[in-house]
Amino acid sequence: MHGAPAARSAGDGPGARRIEVRGLSKTFGAGSAEALALARAGATKAEILERTGAVLAVNDVSFSVDAGEIFVVMGLSGSGKSTLVRCLNRLQEPTQGAIEIDGEDIVAASQERLRALRLEKITMVFQHFALLPHRTVAENVEYGLKMRGLAKPERRARALKTLAGVGLADWADRYPSDLSGGMQQRVGLARALALDPEILLMDEPFSALDPLIRRDMQAELVELQRHYRTTIIFITHDLNEALTLGSRVAVMKDGRFAQVGRPADIVLDPADDYVAAFTRDIDRGRVLPLRAAIRQPADAAAIAALMAEGAEAVDGGRLLHEVFATVGASRPVVVLDAAGRPEGVVRAADVTAALCAAPQRERA
Amino acid sequence: MTMAFETLTDALRPSYWGTLPLDAWIQSAVRDWLVPTLRPFFRALQWPIARVLDGLQGLLLAVPFAVIVALAVAAAWRWGGRGVALFTLVSLVLLDWIGIWRETMVTLAMIVTAVVFCIVVGIPLGIAAARSDRTAALIRPVLDVMQTIPSFVYLVPIVMLFGVGMVPAVIATIIFALPPLVRLTDLGIRQVQGELVEAGHAFGSTRRQILWEIQLPLALRTIMTGVNQTLMLALSMAVIGALIGAGGLGLTVYTGLGRLDIGYAGIGGLGIVLMAIILDRVTQALGNADPAARRRSPSRRRKDAAAEPLSQA
Repeated sequence: MHGAPAARSAGDGPGARRIEVRGLSKTFGAGSAEALALARAGATKAEILERTGAVLAVNDVSFSVDAGEIFVVMGLSGSGKSTLVRCLNRLQEPTQGAIEIDGEDIVAASQERLRALRLEKITMVFQHFALLPHRTVAENVEYGLKMRGLAKPERRARALKTLAGVGLADWADRYPSDLSGGMQQRVGLARALALDPEILLMDEPFSALDPLIRRDMQAELVELQRHYRTTIIFITHDLNEALTLGSRVAVMKDGRFAQVGRPADIVLDPADDYVAAFTRDIDRGRVLPLRAAIRQPADAAAIAALMAEGAEAVDGGRLLHEVFATVGASRPVVVLDAAGRPEGVVRAADVTAALCAAPQRERA
Repeated sequence: MTMAFETLTDALRPSYWGTLPLDAWIQSAVRDWLVPTLRPFFRALQWPIARVLDGLQGLLLAVPFAVIVALAVAAAWRWGGRGVALFTLVSLVLLDWIGIWRETMVTLAMIVTAVVFCIVVGIPLGIAAARSDRTAALIRPVLDVMQTIPSFVYLVPIVMLFGVGMVPAVIATIIFALPPLVRLTDLGIRQVQGELVEAGHAFGSTRRQILWEIQLPLALRTIMTGVNQTLMLALSMAVIGALIGAGGLGLTVYTGLGRLDIGYAGIGGLGIVLMAIILDRVTQALGNADPAARRRSPSRRRKDAAAEPLSQA
C-alpha cells in the first residue's frame, strides 16, 4: 500500500472474541413464526416459501469471529449471505437469534446506540460501491466523519490521508464518475477506513470488478488488513477469493452454513457433496500449505541425512504456489512446523500429488 | 304491446319515480354549511397569498421595462444558452410593442405566486409521501381528484369562499398546478438507488441526514421537472382565472372572446404562449444545469491539478 496509515490502536490483541452470533434467523414476508417453526422441523427453504409465503433468508446460523480475522462467507446468490452480513449492523432486523459484538447485545441496541456503533465501530463496503455521484471523491470519503460531526478541515485532512493510503491522493477533487470501477471501490474502502473501524463488513466488494483488478484489490486488502488489524467479514460468491482471503471460510447454502473452517480444511475435507463440488475448480496451490503435501510421517534419521546433504528447510505454513520453485528442483525439502522443528519431507512428486489429489479425508 | 314494454323499461329507471336532489344537497351543504363555517379560515388562508402577490406585482410593474428585459435575457443566457436568450429578447420586446406589457407582468406575478406556494406546499408533501407508504396512500387519491376535477367545477366554491379577484384565481391555480410537483418529488426520492440509502444508514446517518445529504440532492432533477410542469399548468390556468376576476393576459383573452374581437383575444393568447416558451426553456435548462456544471467542473479541476500535481497531505 502507498502512504503509511497509522496502525490501529485496538486495545485487545489478536485472538480476542469480537463477534458472536448464535442461532441467527431472518425471514422476509408475513408468517415468520410459522416459517421458523417449519425450519426447526427440518423443512427446506422452498417448502417454507410454498407453505407460508415467507422467505427464509438466514436459517439458524451460529459462528464467532476473533479480532483481526478475515471471516469469509461464501455462497451463491440467494444463499442469504448478504442478508446475514446486514444483520450484523442491523441494516436488516434479525427475526430471531443473538448477535454480540465485544460482548454487547446488538439485537437489543437502541437506534441511537446503533448509529453510534456504525459511526465508531462497524462500517461497510458495498458491492456497487454506493458512492454519492454528486460529491467529490474526498467528500465521499469524508461522509462518515461528517456524520461524526468533525469540522470540515479536520475531516478533509483525514480523508486525504486515507485516500493516499489507497493510492488515490491525486483524485480527491474528482467525481466518482471520473474513476474506473476498481478506483471507485478503493474510494468505498477509503470511506470505511477513514473511520478507523474495528469491524469492516464487505458485501461482495470485488465482484463487480475485472478479474485482474480484483486480484490486485485482494492483495491490497490483505496488506491493509495486516496494517490496520481490522476484523473483516467478507462476503463473496467466488470460492477462490474466499480461500485466498479468509482466515476462516463459511460456505453458505439456502440460509445455512454448510461448512465452516480454515481454507485448507474446506479443500481437503469438504463437509458434503455441495462443498466438494465447489472445491473441484479451485486453485489448490494458492490454498494448501506445504504441510498438506507431506505424505509420510517424519523420520528423524532421514531428515538429519537430508539436512546434512544441504536440503532446504521451508516453513510448512507457506502456500504451495509460493514454494513450488524450491520444491520443483529435484531435491526434496524439509518441512518445518510452526516452532521451527522438522515435521516431514516433501518431494516434487508429493507437491504434484497434493495439487491434483482428490480430497483426502484422513488429512483433516 | 310496445307501449306496455316501454312503460315497463321506463319503470326500471330510477328517474321514473323521481329525481334524487343531489344538486340541491351540494348547494345547501356548500352555501349553508361549508361557506359560513369555514369562511374565516379560508379568509385567513388568503392573507399570505395576497401579500406575496401584491408585493410581486408591485415590483414587476415598478421596475423599468429595460431592466426586466435585461435581467430576463441574462437569466436565459446563463441557463438556457444563446438561443433562448435571443428568443427571450425578441419576445419581450414584441410583447411591449403590441401593447400588452402590463398584462404580461400581472400574469407573471400571478403565475410566480402560485408556483411559489406550490413549491412551499408540494415539496414537503412529496417528501412525506416518499418517506411513508401510508402517507403516500393518503395523498395519492387526493391528487387524483385534484387532477381529474375540471377546474370549472371548483371555481364556484372558490368564489363563494374567497370572493372574486386575483387571489381566488391564484388559489384555483394552486389547486390545479400542485399535483405533478408532489408526485415528481415523491418519485424522485423513491428512485434514489437503494444501496446509497443503505450506505447512509451504514455510516450512521439519521433519516433527516439521509434526506438532505443523499435523497434530495439526487432527486433534484426530477423535482425540477415537477416545478417545470407546475409552472406550465399554472400558465394554462391564466384564462380560466380571468373568469373569476383575475387580470392580465387571461383577461385580455376573455374580453376578446366576449366581444368576438379575434385580434384582441389573439394578442392575449400570443402573450401567454411566448411567456410559456420562455419559462419552460429556462426552468428546463435549470433542471439540467446541475449535472452540466458537474461535467464542467472536473475538467477545470484537471487543469488545476496539472498546475500543482502534488496536493496530498
